Amino acid sequence: MLLGRVIGTVVPATLVDELSATPLLWIQPLDREGQPDGEPLVCADGTRMAGPGQMIYWVASREASLALDPWFVPVDDAIVGLVDELRNYPPKDLT
Amino acid sequence: MILARITGSIVSTIHHPIVDGRKLLLAERLDLTGKPTGGYLIAMDAIGAGRGETVLILDEGNGARQILDDSNAPVRSMVVGIVDAVELGSS
Repeated sequence: MLLGRVIGTVVPATLVDELSATPLLWIQPLDREGQPDGEPLVCADGTRMAGPGQMIYWVASREASLALDPWFVPVDDAIVGLVDELRNYPPKDLT
Repeated sequence: MILARITGSIVSTIHHPIVDGRKLLLAERLDLTGKPTGGYLIAMDAIGAGRGETVLILDEGNGARQILDDSNAPVRSMVVGIVDAVELGSS
């Protein structure tokens, strides 16, 4: 799982039946400090609760299709949960 | 499996049911000398790992689903061991 931030929504005109009930969102992947890292991608939203600005965590490939309801649908990436708080321990605690 | 160090955690109330009651840990990947490689991942805790600990992370979906005993769990990374020492070479 990796961190991401919702930066937009995608409204498809036509979509395979399995995905027709699932929201699709643009995600900016983040590093562990919460800073943007990498190219944006489209995620299916398994929680159906994420909106623009929300920090989330997401999975790819087979795990992505399992995160959705109905599951086992054709997606690359899916949101598993919303991040309420990102806790990075201070470096002095890590020695 | 990969070597990593626990550098943080995530608080999440809205999530897939498989996350209920389980801890999500932020882990930075380490190379074989113990230095951070720059990569990180969010792993589910299976053993009670804590801050700053060097851990073994299983980064494979079917193994993770086996640990969780749920063949439909959307989870790939699990913390499965706490590392005491890494020895390199014979000296």
